[in-house]
Amino acid sequence: MASLGSALLGLAFLAALAAGALALAGRNGDERLLTLSRRTVYGFCALLTACVVIIELAFAGDDFSFNIVAEHSSIETPAGYKLAAMWSSQEGSLLLWAFVLSIAASAALYATRNKLRDLVPWATAVMMGVAAFFTGLMLFAPDVDPFATLSPAPADGIGLNPLLQHPSMMIHPPMLYSGYVAFTVPFAFAIGALVTRRLDAEWIRATRRFALIAWTFLGFGLLLGARWSYTELGWGGYWAWDPVENAALMPWLLGTAFLHSIMVQEKRGMLKVWNATLIVGTFSMALLGTFLVRSGVLQSIHAFGDNTVGPYILGLIGVVLIGSTALIVSRLDDLRSPKRIDSLASRESVFLINNLLLVGMTLVIFWGTFFPLISELFTGEKASLAAPWFDRYTTPLAILLVLFTGIGPLLAWRRVSWESAKRVFRVPLAVAAVVTLGLILFTDAAEQLWALALFAFAAFALTGLAQEFWSGAAARKQLSGEPGAQALVGLVSRNRRRYGGYIVHIGVIVLLIGIAASSSFQTNRDVELRPGESIAIDGRTITYVKPTVSVDEEKLGFGSLLRIEEDGKVVGTVRPSRQYFRPTGQETGTIGSFFAGEATSEVGLRTGIGQDLWIAEQPNITAVQAGVRKADQGFKACIQGAPGSPPECKALGALMRASVGVPAREAKALQQISELQSIAAENVARTFLKSDAPSTFKVIVNPLVTWMWIGGLIALAGALLALWPSRGRRRGALVRTEADARKEAKYREIRDAELDHATGKLSDEDFAVLDAELRREALEILDGVGNGNGNGNGAHPREPEKVDQA
Amino acid sequence: MDPQRKRKIRLVVALSVAVLLAVALIYTSFSASTEAKEPSQLLSATPGTSYEMTGRVVKGSVERDGNGIAFRVVDRDGGSESLPVTYEGTVPDPFRGGREIVLTGAIAKNGVFVGEPETLITKCPSKFTTKSDG
Repeated sequence: MASLGSALLGLAFLAALAAGALALAGRNGDERLLTLSRRTVYGFCALLTACVVIIELAFAGDDFSFNIVAEHSSIETPAGYKLAAMWSSQEGSLLLWAFVLSIAASAALYATRNKLRDLVPWATAVMMGVAAFFTGLMLFAPDVDPFATLSPAPADGIGLNPLLQHPSMMIHPPMLYSGYVAFTVPFAFAIGALVTRRLDAEWIRATRRFALIAWTFLGFGLLLGARWSYTELGWGGYWAWDPVENAALMPWLLGTAFLHSIMVQEKRGMLKVWNATLIVGTFSMALLGTFLVRSGVLQSIHAFGDNTVGPYILGLIGVVLIGSTALIVSRLDDLRSPKRIDSLASRESVFLINNLLLVGMTLVIFWGTFFPLISELFTGEKASLAAPWFDRYTTPLAILLVLFTGIGPLLAWRRVSWESAKRVFRVPLAVAAVVTLGLILFTDAAEQLWALALFAFAAFALTGLAQEFWSGAAARKQLSGEPGAQALVGLVSRNRRRYGGYIVHIGVIVLLIGIAASSSFQTNRDVELRPGESIAIDGRTITYVKPTVSVDEEKLGFGSLLRIEEDGKVVGTVRPSRQYFRPTGQETGTIGSFFAGEATSEVGLRTGIGQDLWIAEQPNITAVQAGVRKADQGFKACIQGAPGSPPECKALGALMRASVGVPAREAKALQQISELQSIAAENVARTFLKSDAPSTFKVIVNPLVTWMWIGGLIALAGALLALWPSRGRRRGALVRTEADARKEAKYREIRDAELDHATGKLSDEDFAVLDAELRREALEILDGVGNGNGNGNGAHPREPEKVDQA
Repeated sequence: MDPQRKRKIRLVVALSVAVLLAVALIYTSFSASTEAKEPSQLLSATPGTSYEMTGRVVKGSVERDGNGIAFRVVDRDGGSESLPVTYEGTVPDPFRGGREIVLTGAIAKNGVFVGEPETLITKCPSKFTTKSDG
């Protein structure tokens, strides 16, 4: 099977090269070559799928002749984790990269098969170039061949680190990788647009969905990682400004900026240089993220040692940066837009400010992350920056971002009249003022001015967003006569992109509220308690009722039962513990072997809407460990037949001596020994139940932290809503051409303007001017279709549908 | 004001803000950073200065010490000289003998490296796996 896999991987490499070459050969519109190139990409995808299937079958079937299986799985590894173990290895994650890219490239080429004839060949070449790079790495770089074999095959594998045996670890890495990889598509089309000088918004329209998918995957991956850290790692935080975390956050921030600024190019034809630069930056950051995880250049808890592919990826980043910069500079004349931003008070200028804030934040994080290298360059000493430095800059930037997130949706495109501004800003400003006053008077929020500012801006932004939904639904209700709820549903489903985006805003703001509250108003204490003792923290009493012990074949758990009382009433119990594992994959051995493997915390967590109580325990097992040493020594002495040993021991010792060289008896003897040792381990562990030594507890009271996860899920829902294809698109998906897309985009713009007018953001005069202009542009597009320009087919001129007629 | 001039002023203002921020960023990063050292370099370091120590925990050296732990570290690529370390509070899950750690702290008068609470970072083991001899 392994040799079949190697062969398929080799074929996939050739397919990637062939697809890129065919696309370039057909760049002048040779339909036959382009079709062949597209089909070769599908073939590349099929070949990599087969490779992944072969690896996964090997994992599922415990085929330890595969090096990758022997090193990352074992017979006892639970089935789900066996399948997820592929991406815990370096070679497996490279395969995942290439595999996801093959899917994304196939989907992108399928979606654009009837349009963008001139730039698709270049985009294909870029995507297949990247694909060939990653496939080639697996084939030619040392130590990263996923189909490397071991001979003879070991009987069992090493297994998966218990720290990684957490449900979110099964999906967190593929989410991040999919996010990184999907940014390849908009990047490739941007390069295609630059090369062919097709610099209108067509490449953006064709790949916007891929950028949004990438953004969603990356964001969800980050959220899962934070959640894992919070519940599993035993330190109680969800973000540490660790280099690899930063490496995933930076492309996400740049991607966020990109998703906003492309709207300005779509609507107004501006910011072309900026958009091209942003997508190059985003893709480079995605590559950098892949590089940092695998290089070990920076001190990180995620740096996985192996340094075999780092230099190659760095080389690719260099090629991408230099090539793209040269291309953008050479196209500057074509990228310049004749239009200017009309007014500072317009949606596009708020988008620009938000973009600057996001890029500023990325630059700060970039500087801080790479500071150890920078300082080594200038001072010769490696020096690093800790969380407070990052917080100092990112906190104010994030707060300003919330403010402008609130302002943006309230403004119309182009310009805003003073009258309409007064109308739309009145309620959000009033609510923000009331909330701020309430927080100052009734809570201690005023002690933390940054947090207070964030809460005030968040109140403003959330009210503004609610007002958007409200006035949009009201306008629709008035025109269509639908009942309120139906009007709201109709409004959202007819304008998925806009309202999906608003829901993402709500989610992100709620998430930031959770972060601000839990980081500014957290109580974090280390306490020592003996069984029976209590401690009062933040108005609740925590009592160490009794120690607890759990024993199974692979781990010993020592923990405690804690009683929580609030206002003198028992509200519940939590059971924090610490699990001591035998070295991965080992089921038998001395009692001491339980302390030779990983140890993980099982956190005692009481989640609430208002606050979380988070307790991790560091049990005092000094006495137990002394007992373990004694028991192991006694056991050894007993088997060797030391004077005074019990008769079972003597019998067992005799059996062992008799079994030397006789495999059948040897197995029996070993089994008896391991049974006795299990009993001994359990007995020794149970002594912890009577121990009255003080254990250390880390107690954290985290206000509103639950809202972080809720906010993240709201944002995810909004992103999915914005991604969901509209009904018309689903039906007509097969005949969409470039002209159709342009026409639809213009109709959407007309609908948007009508909506802005109906909700009071556009004054009557401004709307009249804008509407006339947009309709003229729409007619021009329709004329173009009629004359056969713009390679359209099957487009029937029709009046744009009005948004508010159901 | 004519629009050309207005744009120029806007550009100048934006650029000066950017330059100011960049200077602040560079200044604070050099003053707020802590120097990274390996245990062998710290054996002769001045007491009291804060350093970020990167090293490998010596197997079998970890002991409970009051509310915290005491252990010894060596340079990442081995070496014979080891540095005694104390750390108060709970340690991250992956922490144990043989692992690489990053810890901020200072050398006390008695030559012991005292870690600041909440600064202990333990690196995940290479390739996510534990060898049986780990």
